[in-house]
Amino acid sequence: MSAQDLSSAAAPAPAEEEADYNFAYLDENTKRMIRRALLKAVAIPGYQTPFASREMPMPYGWGTGGVQVTSACLTESDSLKVIDQGADDTTNAVSIRKFFERTARVATTTRTEEATIIQTRHRIPETPLTENQILVYQVPIPEPLRFLEPRETETRKMHALEEYGLMHVKLYEDIARHGHIATAYAYPVQVGRRYVMDPSPIPKFDNPKLSNCPALQLFGAGREQRIYAVPPYTEAISLDFEDHPFDPGGVDQPCALCGATGVYLDEVITDDQGTRMYVCSDTDHCEKTRADAEAAQ
Amino acid sequence: MIGAPLFKLSGLTKLYGARVGCRHASLEVRAGEVLAVVGESGSGKSTLLSCASGQMLPTSGGVLHGATSPDGRTVWRDIYQDLSEPERRKLLRSEWAYVHQDARDGLRMSVSAGGNIGERMMAAGARRYGAIRREAEAWLARVEIPTDRLDDRPTAFSGGMRQRLQIARALATGPKLVFMDEPTGGLDVSVQARLLDLVRRLVAEYDLAVIIVTHDLAVARLLAHRMVVMKQGRIVESGLTDQILDDPLHPYSQLLVSSILQT
Amino acid sequence: MATTRSEPDRTDGRGPVQIDISGLKKSFHLFGQNVSIPVMEGGELCVHAGECVALIGESGAGKSTLMRMIYGNYRSNGGKIRVRCVAQGGPEKWIDVGLPHPHEIIEMRRATLGYVSQFLRVIPRVSTLDIVAEPAIAAGAAPEEAVARAKQLLSRLRVRETLWGLSPLTFSGGEQQRVNIARGFAHRFPIMLLDEPTASLDAVNRETVLQLIEEARDDGAAIIGIFHDSAARARICSREIDVSAFTAQAA
Repeated sequence: MSAQDLSSAAAPAPAEEEADYNFAYLDENTKRMIRRALLKAVAIPGYQTPFASREMPMPYGWGTGGVQVTSACLTESDSLKVIDQGADDTTNAVSIRKFFERTARVATTTRTEEATIIQTRHRIPETPLTENQILVYQVPIPEPLRFLEPRETETRKMHALEEYGLMHVKLYEDIARHGHIATAYAYPVQVGRRYVMDPSPIPKFDNPKLSNCPALQLFGAGREQRIYAVPPYTEAISLDFEDHPFDPGGVDQPCALCGATGVYLDEVITDDQGTRMYVCSDTDHCEKTRADAEAAQ
Repeated sequence: MIGAPLFKLSGLTKLYGARVGCRHASLEVRAGEVLAVVGESGSGKSTLLSCASGQMLPTSGGVLHGATSPDGRTVWRDIYQDLSEPERRKLLRSEWAYVHQDARDGLRMSVSAGGNIGERMMAAGARRYGAIRREAEAWLARVEIPTDRLDDRPTAFSGGMRQRLQIARALATGPKLVFMDEPTGGLDVSVQARLLDLVRRLVAEYDLAVIIVTHDLAVARLLAHRMVVMKQGRIVESGLTDQILDDPLHPYSQLLVSSILQT
Repeated sequence: MATTRSEPDRTDGRGPVQIDISGLKKSFHLFGQNVSIPVMEGGELCVHAGECVALIGESGAGKSTLMRMIYGNYRSNGGKIRVRCVAQGGPEKWIDVGLPHPHEIIEMRRATLGYVSQFLRVIPRVSTLDIVAEPAIAAGAAPEEAVARAKQLLSRLRVRETLWGLSPLTFSGGEQQRVNIARGFAHRFPIMLLDEPTASLDAVNRETVLQLIEEARDDGAAIIGIFHDSAARARICSREIDVSAFTAQAA
């Protein structure tokens, strides 16, 4: 019980039934280690900082990296939102939210503007973020160069020496094969005109939101033991060719439920005849738009 | 025509523990000149090539890159001592190039022919897709690969085509010095001849300096202006190719020359 | 003797000296049998612009060996082989072929010294026309000009036009020899070495080759030739040098 004794000084005493867990699950030493990595990541925007990723009570691929970063950032006054592909109500989002409700007893919310920490898988919320918010991404593969160069020793050197010709080979291949840059998600960006970064598998539609965002953006890759960051108001430029400029894409029609335009839409097949509708991927934004519309009537 | 010196080895020595890779090797190469390094397996040719081409730090001795200064003088810099790692890597992908014996080592097999040729251009900062593609197409034509294969991957190419593609990839950014490691090894005789002809034309057209490692004296005879013979890690004889092949002065060179099969 | 050697520009009423050889020595050491075979000692020769000198002597006397030493193909063991070389954009320059300076020899072969050997050694797959035009292009001629001259030479030597696009490696011996000669005469070298240029040629082609040699000689070239054909020798050579005089006595 000595670990608990140590942590009780730093964290509030947990409720009776969760007494076996430290605040937000990880012990304080681990959180401190992660925070050091986070500080380094913020100091070197886009650089993949190694950290001693822990075994978490969930499988790899379920957001272990993001959960560790969230755990290291959470305080008891935070309000946490968790989304998976823009939705608050999918299995992954629900279980991570429940995890922190039980281990940290923090307030949770589905409203983007109310959250102080948002852990996300594969999306950036439509509601513009603020300086008071932290966006934590779950990252499966942090290395953008791995597609063409499998050797980790070599990719590290390429980052160190800013040898990024290979990234354009990937884009070249896309255009040669499909006539346009077909990379639709995990579209690489150059952060602060220095490091090339994989923004995790968010749709390229979200890429413009990465750049000059007022919120702090943190990226955690649990299996690969890497943390990286885009600090507030930092430029993140999507790579492209002069004659094939970056195009965020997106569906050219409004959401079938709320009528919002300029948002990222999911395609939903509604019957066996292939009838389809397009609805907001960001469930909170969709609900809010509908509520606003009802209030206006 | 042979131009200014642009590469030198001086007293190059590489030891693998107590074993000698190569010892006190010195040579010089000039623009427009092909130098063959010959010798049997284990003679130190590959060690010499690895050290010379910037891939392996020698135990002692210099690997010198000659650059022409604005006032026309040649400035010599040791690629391991005087260049930082970024500078050295930049040199290796701009002014120098390397052609591997096995094209699979020199090509990205999962990338189209165009992407392979374009890589060095993009690394050098090319950002116009159309221009990169046109240049890649021109290079395919130069190495006698049909331009409609531009978007095919090298996995779909024959051995000879792969080797020609590797050469196009290496030459696309206009290097001045090209290292070649047994470029015709493992190819059919007719394919070999075509490759030799291609290399010969490219050397003349682009004024290339080439250091070619080969155990095939016929290749050296047809391609190289000069050659060095290596044995047990040392250069035992050097001179004009025809001098060494027609009038070898070192016992080992004589043995090597007398071992050629006549056709 | 020593003083005249140091002034190779003496003319003796002919053109200036182009090749000046003295005290030339050569032996072959065969390491396999560990024997040394001396082949030449005290070789002397001086050739002027505008003359054709024949090397004579029995088979094995060292005619081809001497020629190969002048070309820098065989390396001498002593003495001097001085050749007056054309220099790119500068004054002429004497180089000693016996010294180990490969780049000067390469440059000499490119611009000054042509050599027609008895064998055609070329990269497979290269067309006859390209092979013939190549020395002229290497020596600085415009490609169109070089190709025009190559075509003219091939026509004169009766190599059928249908063959020009093919590699000569598939040709008959006589055809290969004529391609070899065309290649040798493609550039107007100021010095030429001809090793049996008329061997294995029919009378008509022999006549053409002799004309080519005469034209080159009258054009001012210094020519050293080996001809077994004594009529040819009598017709085009002003002097004969008996190489047997330099043949080393086996120890």
